[in-house]
Formats: sequence, C-alpha cells, structure tokens
Amino acid sequence: MSSPNLDVRDVARLARIELSDEEASTFQSQLGSVLEYVEQLGKLDVSQVEPTAHAAPVFNVFREDVAKLGLERAAVLANAPHAANNLVIVTKVIE
Amino acid sequence: MSDLSSLTISELQTGFRSGAFNPADAVRAIESRIESVDPQIQAYLARDFDSALAAAEKADVSLPLGGVPIGIKDVINVLGEQCTCGSKILAGYKAPYDATAISKLRAAGAIPFGRLNMDEFAMGSSTENSAYQITRNPWDTTRIPGGSSGGSAAAVAAREAFATLGSDTGGSIRQPAALCGVVGLKPSYGRVSRYGLVAFASSLDQIGPFARSTRDCAAMLNAIAGKDPRDSTSLDLPAEDFTAGLGRDLKGVKLGIPKEYFVDGMDIRIREKVEAAIRQCESLGAELVEVSLPHTEYAVGVYYIIATAEASANLARFDGVRYGHRAKNPTDLLDHYRRTREEGFGSEVKRRIILGTYVLSSGYYDAYYLRAQKVRTLIRRDFTNAFEKVDALICPTSPDLAFKIGERVNDPLRMYLADIFTIAANLAGICGISVPCGLVEEDGKQLPVGLQFLGKPLDETRLLGIADAYEQAGSQEILTRIP
Repeated sequence: MSSPNLDVRDVARLARIELSDEEASTFQSQLGSVLEYVEQLGKLDVSQVEPTAHAAPVFNVFREDVAKLGLERAAVLANAPHAANNLVIVTKVIE
Repeated sequence: MSDLSSLTISELQTGFRSGAFNPADAVRAIESRIESVDPQIQAYLARDFDSALAAAEKADVSLPLGGVPIGIKDVINVLGEQCTCGSKILAGYKAPYDATAISKLRAAGAIPFGRLNMDEFAMGSSTENSAYQITRNPWDTTRIPGGSSGGSAAAVAAREAFATLGSDTGGSIRQPAALCGVVGLKPSYGRVSRYGLVAFASSLDQIGPFARSTRDCAAMLNAIAGKDPRDSTSLDLPAEDFTAGLGRDLKGVKLGIPKEYFVDGMDIRIREKVEAAIRQCESLGAELVEVSLPHTEYAVGVYYIIATAEASANLARFDGVRYGHRAKNPTDLLDHYRRTREEGFGSEVKRRIILGTYVLSSGYYDAYYLRAQKVRTLIRRDFTNAFEKVDALICPTSPDLAFKIGERVNDPLRMYLADIFTIAANLAGICGISVPCGLVEEDGKQLPVGLQFLGKPLDETRLLGIADAYEQAGSQEILTRIP
C-alpha cells in the first residue's frame, strides 16, 4: 500500500536522514498503510472543535529572569563526539 | 536468610527497620538474582553493584524508601551512568546530571540502580526495537515482555528488582506491566517532572513506577511527584499522600465499564478474565455503570500523528554535534547530519521521524496534525463526560497476551494497535494503572492478563485505592508467583 502524496525520500531529506533504497521502499509501503489507517479521522466533523495541544491546564509559565549556573564545562564536553581546547569541534559550515 | 529478592518494598522496609537484614543484603540479593536469571531475561543494559553497595552501606532506613534499590529505564538520566535510550546514537553517552525523579528518589533514601532495556527512544510495544538486546518475558522466554518499558517490567516480574521506573507515552508502563504480571502506574500528565527524561512526545510523556504491589507504586509516587521549576508542565499542587486510599473495600465506588473497550477481535480469554475481575469488584462493593467513550476508535490514529509530530521535533537534537554518534568524514554539514542520523537511529525511530515530519509539513499540517489535535479534544471530552458519572473506569490493559518474539516486527500498524486500550489516557492526560487479573495457558505456559483502571486527572490517591482493593482480592496468586 502506498500513499499518493507521501514521498518518503523527500520527507527523509527534510528530516535530515539518509535512507538506503531498501529502507525507502519498505517505509514507503509501511507508512502508506499507517496513513491509510489514519484517514479515518476524516470521518469526523471537527469544524466547531478547538484543538488540544496539551493535556495540562498550564499556560505561559514564567520565572524570575535570574542567571543560574549551568553544567560544568568538562561534564558537557565529555559527551562531545569531537572536542579540543575546551570547545566542541564541528563539521565545517563555511565553504 | 531466605531470598530477599521476592519481597515487596513494604516487606523490605519492615525487615530493614527491625534489623532482620539491611540494605546491603537487599542489594546482594538482587545481584545474585540478576546473575542467575538475567542471562535468560536480558532486562538490564548496565548495572553497577559496587556503587549500589556503597550507597546501601550509608542508607538511612528511616526515610520513606530508605535503602531500597530501584532499577531505572535507560531513558531517565542518572548522574554518571549511561543513558542510551536503547539507541546506538547515544552509545557511550554518560548523563551529566540527575533527572528530577532521580533526585527525588535519592532524597527519599532510594538507591537508583541499573539501566533497563527499552524500545529505542521508547518507540515500540515489545522492546524488540532496542539496538542492544531482546528482553524476554519471564513467564515464557520465547515471548516479548511488552514495551516500551519492557526491561523495567521484566526485571520486576523476574525478581531482578523490587521496583523500577519507566515512562509511559502511549501505554509503555501499563502494557508491559500487564504482559509481565506486575503493577504499573502512569501518573496524570503534570504529576511528575519530566526533567531528565529524554523526550519522545512532550505532551504525552510521563514517568511512573513498576512494582509487585499497588502499595509500593503509591510509595514510589509519593517520592517522585511534585512541582519542578525545571519542567514548566509539572503542576503545583498541595502535597498528597498517595497511600491514603489504600486498604479499603470498594463500597460506594462507581466503576464505569467503557463499552468500546470490549470489542470483537480481542482475545476471548482476556475478555473472560477481565469480566471476572469486574464481577469481583462488584462483590467488593463497587457499583458498575456502563459508559461510552465514543471516540475510542480514533485514539490510535490521533496518537500516531501527535506523538510522531512531537518526536520529529524532539529528536532533531540528535545531530551529532554536542553529544552522541557522529558520522565519520562528512563531505559537508548536510552529509554530516544525514549519515549521523542514518547510522545512529534504528528503523522504527526513522519511520516515526519521517511520519512526524510529513504530518507537520506544509500542505499537510491542517489535514493531519491540526485535525488530530481537534480529535484529541473530543477524546478528552469523552473522559470528562464519563467521569461525571463514575469514579474510575475498569477495562483491559491490552487486547493481547504477550506475543512471540519476531511475530510483529515487520508490521508496524499491527504493533501500533497493541496500544489501543492505553493510548487514550495519554491523550487525555488522565492517570491509569494496570494490575494482574489472571493467567491464561498458551503453549503450556501461563501468561498474565492485565486489568486497567483509569482515573480522573490528578485523582491518583483514589485510583490507587481502587486498584489496591482489587489487587488484595484478585491479584495475589500472580504477584506472589515467581515466573
């Protein structure tokens, strides 16, 4: 089963995931079935219904704007895939 | 001394306080049990007996959970320990801080101990999506323990832990609790801080306990609940003793039976066990009321849009820059991102990120994501209406018994439907608990069936009281039997 509008390769590009040909073809069919299943939501008239983003009744939670200490630099850098000179080394961004 | 590993937390504490044995004895009992059964069960991804013993030597047994070792799902950060989320992308990651639930457990005297297997990033219903190992159901090791907190459930069932923490986004505590024959509680949304829980779907995720009694789950909730400035969705509520409703009968309690949860196609043996449990609740004094949750059939569809949308945003942080796996020798930044995520994530996680990205993408947002949020409102309203008539709902936890390892791995939709009775509670933000209600024989093995109670938002004290009343009458044979 394949959804006419879902192009798995195109969406994977948006999500920054490389896919093998085999994965792309398997996902295309599996996600096609899932999308077909969720089509059932189209049966309901929701024109007069407000959306729910969150189940808890809290909005705009503020705190005092006071600076606090974060994690120790060494603790953070210990998990970096590549670090040197107290910095995270990243892949070159500028051509 | 008899084997301590089978004791409940309450029994353990009685022994600690009378001096019959001490926390180090308890840690050693768990250690020897793990050494003997975990090669078969494979619940633990990591464990450190030396530091647990050191903590046990210093434990203050007068504290609420003083000296009790607690196993932790590998998605909750514990300072200095691995936190892989069952994913290769976090191989080698060491948590630089304690999750709030962990700080609170420590403050209550507990000893966070060991890392429990799970479906990668809590995405799954069988724990087969772990990048590391397949956890087996202690009742039949050819079967799955449920998921995503399969390690947390299996460890408690196999007496490899007295209690554990898991997380529940669509049933990931209650469903494995049911399949492994233990008690599992999903607190209401906002009850427990999510700080330090690696996020899957932020509007649905909630940390909760597994144990071999409802009382122990209540004691665990007492320790971990509460407002946390580091999680703005945690609620600021008056302190509450969640054990306050325990030890009663069900006189005057109105239990709603949602007719949509007794559908054709569910295993008839599960249905019979659940119906027998409902009659038992009636004999304990409960008044039974049939109720309707008319939008139940849409819950799985809504869930797989909302949860994947939130996951696609949350998992964007795994970019190979500040932590986790990074692809070797990238040609440019785009190649760095794409190969890092291709190599680091497993199939189910990729599938869900792609689905979530799709339902949020321009042109499809209204049709999928916004519509799903509106149907979520209808699902919440169903519960609000039902709870005007009853104190709690009673229903099955899972439509299935534990299934065979490998049986559903190539059929994601069928796997998703395993969550059909648990998902709506997360969408509505209510609390739920699974307690064992029977054993069914399959292929010569006994497999547990779970009974689910669903309570109003923030009504855990009553929910736990109801579950405890049933458990005392109906769950003891299963909870006291070592699989």
